[in-house]
Amino acid sequence: MKVDWIKKTKEGIQVKDGSFFVDPIYPVKKAIITHGHADHARAGHEHVIATLETLAIMKERYGNNFCKNSTVLKYHEKLTIEEVKIFLAPAGHVLGSAQVVMNFANQVITVSGDYKRQDDPTCAAFEPIKSDIFITEATFALPVFKHPNANTQINLLIKSILNFPERCHVIGVYSLGKAQRLIKMLRNNGWHNTIYLHGSLVKICNLYEKFGIDLGDLEPATIQDKPEKPHDFYKGKLILAPPSALADRWSRRFPDPILGMASGWMTVKQRAKQRGINLPLILSDHADWNEILTTIKEVSPKEVWITHGAEEALIYECSKNNLTAKALSIIGYESDTDL
Amino acid sequence: MKRFAELLLNLILTSSRNDKIDHIVNWIKDSNSEEIGWGLSIICEELEISKVKPSMVKEISKLHIDKYLFDLSYDYVGDMAETVSLIWPEKNDKNANFSSVTLTNVIKDLINVQKKEAPKLISNYLDNFDQNTRWAFLKIITGGLRVGVSSRLAKTAISKYFNKNIKDIEELWHAFDPPYKEIIEWCREIIEKPKVKDKPIFRSPMLANPLEENDYKLINPISYLAEWKWDGIRVQLVSMKNEVKLYSRSGDDISNSFPDIIENSFSQDFCLDGELMAGSIKIPGSFNDLQQRLNRKNPSKDLIRNMPTFIVAYDALYIKDQDIRDKSVIDRRELLKAFILEEKLSFIKFSDEVVFKNFQDLEGKRLQCRQDLNYEGLMLKLRNSTYEPGRPKGPWFKFKRDPYSIDVVLLYAQRGHGKRSSFYSDYTFGVWNGYLKNRQLVTVGKAYSGFTDQELLKLDKFIRANTTNRFGPVREVEKTLVLEVAFDDIQKSKRHKSGLAMRFPRIKRIRWDKPANEADTIEDLERLLNVRN
Ligand SMILES: [Zn+2]
Ligand SMILES: [Zn+2]
Repeated sequence: MKVDWIKKTKEGIQVKDGSFFVDPIYPVKKAIITHGHADHARAGHEHVIATLETLAIMKERYGNNFCKNSTVLKYHEKLTIEEVKIFLAPAGHVLGSAQVVMNFANQVITVSGDYKRQDDPTCAAFEPIKSDIFITEATFALPVFKHPNANTQINLLIKSILNFPERCHVIGVYSLGKAQRLIKMLRNNGWHNTIYLHGSLVKICNLYEKFGIDLGDLEPATIQDKPEKPHDFYKGKLILAPPSALADRWSRRFPDPILGMASGWMTVKQRAKQRGINLPLILSDHADWNEILTTIKEVSPKEVWITHGAEEALIYECSKNNLTAKALSIIGYESDTDL
Repeated sequence: MKRFAELLLNLILTSSRNDKIDHIVNWIKDSNSEEIGWGLSIICEELEISKVKPSMVKEISKLHIDKYLFDLSYDYVGDMAETVSLIWPEKNDKNANFSSVTLTNVIKDLINVQKKEAPKLISNYLDNFDQNTRWAFLKIITGGLRVGVSSRLAKTAISKYFNKNIKDIEELWHAFDPPYKEIIEWCREIIEKPKVKDKPIFRSPMLANPLEENDYKLINPISYLAEWKWDGIRVQLVSMKNEVKLYSRSGDDISNSFPDIIENSFSQDFCLDGELMAGSIKIPGSFNDLQQRLNRKNPSKDLIRNMPTFIVAYDALYIKDQDIRDKSVIDRRELLKAFILEEKLSFIKFSDEVVFKNFQDLEGKRLQCRQDLNYEGLMLKLRNSTYEPGRPKGPWFKFKRDPYSIDVVLLYAQRGHGKRSSFYSDYTFGVWNGYLKNRQLVTVGKAYSGFTDQELLKLDKFIRANTTNRFGPVREVEKTLVLEVAFDDIQKSKRHKSGLAMRFPRIKRIRWDKPANEADTIEDLERLLNVRN
């Protein structure tokens, strides 16, 4: 397929000779941002177009001056830039996450951003949009990644907390998306006890609540202000923290902690072991191998372009199905740290 | 089987020794005698399944899974059993009977299956198990479990659960084959303690404490006997009714690796304690030479010819129908000396007494070891002491040639400079800190020297094969390799997390034989600091 209005540059996905970019790595004049994760949503663009939620997340993280001006674009609301007709569709990744659907010269090109197909009570579900070119992520594009139903993992966590009333559980979660999804799913599965949060998770949880997602009783996981010795206080409690805090001194203040991690990477036992994780929870905000293949089928593109992740396997699988696929290899979308 | 698979998962995800013991104990509670026996033989890596080969697993999976995708996946996951368990297509209509399949069923199937029926058997299990059980099942076939449980730890768990003495369990262990029916039934008090008089069993060894400054005053030639501490590995050689076994100090049966030792015939029964060395009595080899023979089952005739082994025997536990552990070390050595003479054995050398006048004299002899690399230092034994398993304080001391030496665990490696730039030759190491569940390794220093070129190659290979993380030029490795590090001095330091700094640490040798959980602790280091001040 010949396409001359969209290409990969060092900034990322460039449209119409730089009229605008999708999730650019470097500051640009005009950017459409798919979602609030730091590797996709950078500060310093002049004009940012995104969903209300994504803009709110960027403001929370980078402050009011993260860009000169911004445009709120609701899902399915229409916008035209330089004759490119644009709308956003839900991506099911985190609150406000969107795919960017662009139509120009009778070609529909969709940038997926990051996405998943499993249920997530904290964000709108992914909608497949028929496209000529589907620009997809491939974080977990290997047939070893088959994420189990998320509820099984939530129940694993609840069971572990009940089985070890003398210990506390410290679970590593990414601060945007994973934390809130885990909390909401615990609530939906009947866990209503207070959940204690590492300081770096508080802001985004509050933001989710402002958008109407009730996360139940949350408190900061502090030590000083507790009525009893912290050791006794945190027995049988659940604490959430960013993954980096697990290996840190921070987690050692709690009584005999069971260290968990909620991430798609936890599929691989050796990987869990290497990170010193006792309780791996396979809970991912990215599509697994089968979800990616199903999605491609539903989008039914003529070509697949891959932004980041395990490209080789996906290119191979597409070509087996007579589908042209190529890697854009965008440097800067960190699939490994995007837990 | 599902329950056993859960145990293996729990073991792999816990680094604390006590948690591991708890997990094993809980599993024992849930299992019957036969399952316990089979399970322990798997954990201790003592079960050999000859009909089903690891290569079969790969072949079978390639029938079901695209080869290219399989290779990419294997490359990513890095472990055959885990890759296959994850990639295996999940069947929708699993046979419900498989959830009640026991470990015993599985092992018996694997042992009894006809070779040409094996692929079908394996596929059938894989189709009907859940992912974790598939993984455990495949690990039984491929081996290389790496759940970080030594056979001693497994035995500790049994002794804890059944409230039996670990020494008794260790002694019984090698008298029986998996699933150790007699041992488990004795633990359950179904049968009397089995008689193992006629079996070549392993007896728990007596271990020495390092000689510290406070102990110097105890040492005089009237109370203590001195011997060279040979630089090999500690072994126990046993012969009973013409069955000969060689054990490592942790009770692992290493007979397979040393046919040159065990294929000798002896006219009497015995159990002797000594150091296994490379080379011959006339020309002993170095510890590096011995490395070529360690961890190599069924060595070739060529290797044995080029690198023979011998034993320096310094003690006997059993001779001529008699357990002599209650006799004094002097009496035991007399019996041992007579035995070696009678048997005219060319591969056993009696460990001679090193005569000394006083402590100063002994100190001089210790420094002499620095020239003679076959000696690691001196052993000092209380002349009237009996043979006590474990590490009693007082009767046995080791007086090492280096001022200080500790066993550490390799944590990180970095590429070297100059001619070493293509090898990982800078090593960061740590020791244990904390107790029980909170026990973890803390960095205590770095070493760049002390190893031979050959050892460098082996270390480099280990690092590449066991990398768990990369930070620029630095690789983090699987925390399994013990290094013996020698150093000249130790001081307090604010620079290091541990609060200690060593002067000129160098790698004295690589302890491939030593489990990481037996490496030294921060308390050991702090004690050295106190000795010094
Ligand atoms: Zn993301
Ligand atoms: Zn991403």
